[in-house]
Amino acid sequence: MADEVILLDVDISLFGMRVRVALAEKGIEYEHKIEDLVNKSQLLLEMNPVHKKIPVLIHNKKPICESLIIVQYIDEMWKDKSPLLPSDPYQRAQARFWADFIDKMVYESGIKIWTTKGEEKETGKKEFIENLKLLEGVLGDKHYFGGEEFGYLDVALITFYSWFYAYEAIGEFSIEQHCPKLIEWAKRCMERESVSKSLADPHEIYDFVLILRKKYGIDQ
Amino acid sequence: MATRDVKLLGTWSCPYVNRVQLALKLKSIEYEFIEDNPYNRSEILVKNNPVLKKIPVLIHGNKPVCESLIIVQYIDDAWPIGPSLLPSDAYDRALARFWAAYTDDKWYPLIKMLRQAEGKEEKEAIIAKLAEGLILLEDAFVICGKGKDYFGGENIGYIDIVLGSSLAWLRVTEIVVGVQLLDQTRTPGLAKWAERVISNDVFKDVLPETKKLLELHEKIQAFIKSST
Repeated sequence: MADEVILLDVDISLFGMRVRVALAEKGIEYEHKIEDLVNKSQLLLEMNPVHKKIPVLIHNKKPICESLIIVQYIDEMWKDKSPLLPSDPYQRAQARFWADFIDKMVYESGIKIWTTKGEEKETGKKEFIENLKLLEGVLGDKHYFGGEEFGYLDVALITFYSWFYAYEAIGEFSIEQHCPKLIEWAKRCMERESVSKSLADPHEIYDFVLILRKKYGIDQ
Repeated sequence: MATRDVKLLGTWSCPYVNRVQLALKLKSIEYEFIEDNPYNRSEILVKNNPVLKKIPVLIHGNKPVCESLIIVQYIDDAWPIGPSLLPSDAYDRALARFWAAYTDDKWYPLIKMLRQAEGKEEKEAIIAKLAEGLILLEDAFVICGKGKDYFGGENIGYIDIVLGSSLAWLRVTEIVVGVQLLDQTRTPGLAKWAERVISNDVFKDVLPETKKLLELHEKIQAFIKSST
């Protein structure tokens, strides 16, 4: 029986992109359904009644929600190819810790940069750079966060790279200046087809952000 | 096989710490409990959790693991002998992680917010959110428990540990605010589950007594009042 895999998603979502990268790494075919978040589909509301958010992976009619939970599910279900989580329990705990850190700290500080202005924006920028520097330290001299192999933490962070252009333009700063090794790592990841085909166009993201900023009067 | 050092930095009254204690107990893992005062962080805590500086921290053979949900999963991974804390099926595991994250991110924070809320309207709004959440958790219990005693089925599992560890402060909050949050009529499955959990030996050993927590709550309230 063939697997039926559907991904409910939105192009510019860095969370949705994580799932796309994981599916591509594993070579899984799936139906990509783009949602209109202003008019959410009946399917989305049924499949994620608790949060009503994307991404949602629907595998043989069963929904899995929350991007990092989905990536772990994909890794466990399709374990014969491109393992994402480390096999060593301690390394696995470290990967989970930093992925959680990315979701709570990096994401929040990134949001501050493009949704606020003045002092709050500057604080967001400062925190964002500090958080990325910490991650750069975790990467060290490794090829990927996963070591020689592209792994879970690489998937968790690389999708932010598509948003860097928007953060830099609005925050008026250069991430490369502060975290050159991280940018080198990101460019290395982009050489993988699973990544380059899954990440949204940074200019598209920037245009979207500009529209929202104008709509909510943040751009003054 | 040599037993490596297992230390747990935490405090008795913290539900996130209690979770780790429950996991260690269920796996019959011996450990040293190092009491750390959350209001006066120790050097050992800052050294082992420099990023977040929070308890609990599990130190296994000098290697620290932080964040309670990650620690519980680590314990399950590092000690594969003994009862499994997470389900064996990948989909059930994803559900367990989902509900643990929901409890931590959306539901449990409301309990402390309720204790700190001022004014009737604010309290009622939080109570309504808590009630909605409990109905969702009741549904989760039906799906995950599959008609058995625990979210983990016949045995205590991940969600039982995560949600069960919140019951001590839930009881204290009910007393302090004067409201019944978990009740038989609205969420009968969950209410029965809670009774089962708090009378379970492992939970009884780890979860703080309501009386002691109430005393702590009153001490904290007095401290806050005296410093404002």
